Amino acid sequence: MTIVVGYVPTPEGEAALTQAIAEAKKSNDTLLVINSSKGDALVDNRYAQEPDIQSIEERLADQGIQHIIKQPVRGHDAAAEVLDAADENDADLIVIGLRRRSPVGKLIMGSVSQRILLEADCPVLAVKAD
Amino acid sequence: MDVWSSLMDGFATALTPMNLLFAVIGVLLGTAVGVLPGLGPAMTVALLLPVTAALEPTSAFIMFAGIYYGGMFGGSTTSILLNTPGESSSVVTAIEGNKMAKAGRAAQALATAAIGSFIAGTIGTALLAVFAPIVVQFAVSLGAPSYFAIMVLALLAVTAVLGSSRLRGFASLALGLAIGLVGIDSVTGQRRLTFGQPLLVDGLDIVVVAVAIFAVGEALWVAAHLRRTPLHVIPVGRPWMGKKDWGRSWKPWLRGTAFGFPFGALPAGGAEIPTFLSYVTEKRLTKHPEEFGKGAIEGVAGPEAANNAAAAGTMTPLLALGLPTNATAAVMLAAFTSYGIQPGPQLFSSEGPLVWALIASLFIGNFLLLLINLPLAPVWAKLLQLPRPYLYAGILFFATLGAYSVNLQAFDLVILLVLGALGFMMRRFGLPVLPLILGVILGPRIEGQLRKTLQLSAGDPAGLFSEPIAIVVYIIVALILVWPFIFKLIRRNRPVAATAVPGNSGATVPREAGGVSHGSHRADGTADGDGGSDG
Repeated sequence: MTIVVGYVPTPEGEAALTQAIAEAKKSNDTLLVINSSKGDALVDNRYAQEPDIQSIEERLADQGIQHIIKQPVRGHDAAAEVLDAADENDADLIVIGLRRRSPVGKLIMGSVSQRILLEADCPVLAVKAD
Repeated sequence: MDVWSSLMDGFATALTPMNLLFAVIGVLLGTAVGVLPGLGPAMTVALLLPVTAALEPTSAFIMFAGIYYGGMFGGSTTSILLNTPGESSSVVTAIEGNKMAKAGRAAQALATAAIGSFIAGTIGTALLAVFAPIVVQFAVSLGAPSYFAIMVLALLAVTAVLGSSRLRGFASLALGLAIGLVGIDSVTGQRRLTFGQPLLVDGLDIVVVAVAIFAVGEALWVAAHLRRTPLHVIPVGRPWMGKKDWGRSWKPWLRGTAFGFPFGALPAGGAEIPTFLSYVTEKRLTKHPEEFGKGAIEGVAGPEAANNAAAAGTMTPLLALGLPTNATAAVMLAAFTSYGIQPGPQLFSSEGPLVWALIASLFIGNFLLLLINLPLAPVWAKLLQLPRPYLYAGILFFATLGAYSVNLQAFDLVILLVLGALGFMMRRFGLPVLPLILGVILGPRIEGQLRKTLQLSAGDPAGLFSEPIAIVVYIIVALILVWPFIFKLIRRNRPVAATAVPGNSGATVPREAGGVSHGSHRADGTADGDGGSDG
């Protein structure tokens, strides 16, 4: 069984990861960490860099959690990548971080979290940053 | 003093609110395209040519000059913060600059780049103001044979000296000359390369050619390589320098200026060779050799000063001889023609006020660039988060609009797409773009001088050698062409230990408006010319 977590290098992403680690420990599931970018801009601060990924890797190994870290750059948005991963691995839980959004920002840019919440076939656990 | 009073008049023109506004627009645009890899001043000026047709020529050129200088400033920001040179002239800056940024000294690297660029640009512009009139005095005495020889030199030097492959360079030059031939023969009135198509009789509009090769070609290229792993910009605060950094920077600034200006003014100029020479010199002269390769401030200060001084140097042959030595200058030359201004040595006398206002605006632009770059470099870096589909959609829109508006001829759009495809193929197969653009722009002018020479000598080819300057230039041309063979011979007899090429250390493929491959090839070519360390 698998738990999928959508990770971004922000407080919300960290909160989601922490929560996902706790869940994975409880159920002894494999943790699938997804950090994606559309890859159409030269700079994307939501795409984790090597040192960041390494520290997550170490953290998960230390806690003895079976894990896979994926960083797909295929031109899909983050919601699609997380949903894809959940489908492929028959995930029984998706963990995501929520951030504060203004109504206008959401109207224009859409919301990754909303798409995951509405379209996922499994339970979704949404956490906020402290 | 004559120069002084002309320059002051120039300042009076350049400081009118309207012209000042255009200078500000120019430097802002220039910095933006400088920061963004793949876009450069040449492309921007080409895109803006049709848009500025309604403007006063002086205002338009003030804006173009701002874009040109701005591109040189902006390129360093991307080099330092992302290790991806925004411009081919900032390739060398990335070597030490990015190391400095990774070591937490991004603020100092940005500061020394910006202040060095300002100082070099100001000194370079002052040299331009002093030397251009002297060059003009010399140039008015030149006849058609000498002009022809100098233009041949410019074409050959740019093609043979820059770039990793001479064959590709000459292929590109031949394409450019062929495009330049389309239209009516100026002497006999015969149609050339029109394929019975009446719309081609007037020749291909240079704006359409430049926009197609730079903008459409680059957009197609980017579209074909859209996905790439995103990077993070190294965070910085406000750029500043400590006392020690000043002490270590000012000599490289001046030395970089000394390298940059003459190389920019030479026909085979461009900013790549002097930046590389400056880097090598600083590496040799530094008191902190252990820091080189780990982020030495000298390695940023020198090359950045060199590329801005080269930008000023490039203006000298452009204004004094009507001879462009890089892509942006070539497009600006096309701009002169599109305004009905005849470039050449007579420019200073016929369009004196415009030229001096332009030179004055270079001083002003430099100052403005320092103001907007020093405190705002991190803000400019935010531009890199722009999704490229939006960016290139906008560029294609302007390219199409511009190409159509030149002649209001739908046929021009066909040419735009065909040449855009050509631009894409050139990038695909590593053909440098610069020889093509120079070929298109200089081709008809060089032909004019050749025809004039032959008419004067009644068709006798000996007329080409009737002036001493022409003969000297031909000897230089011969040397440039033969040099690699001699060099190979020497090397075969006496194998030299290959020195390390700093040009390749870690910097990702440099991309410039002139073309992806073009940037990287020219960077390699610099290394090649210096030590042949490629082989």
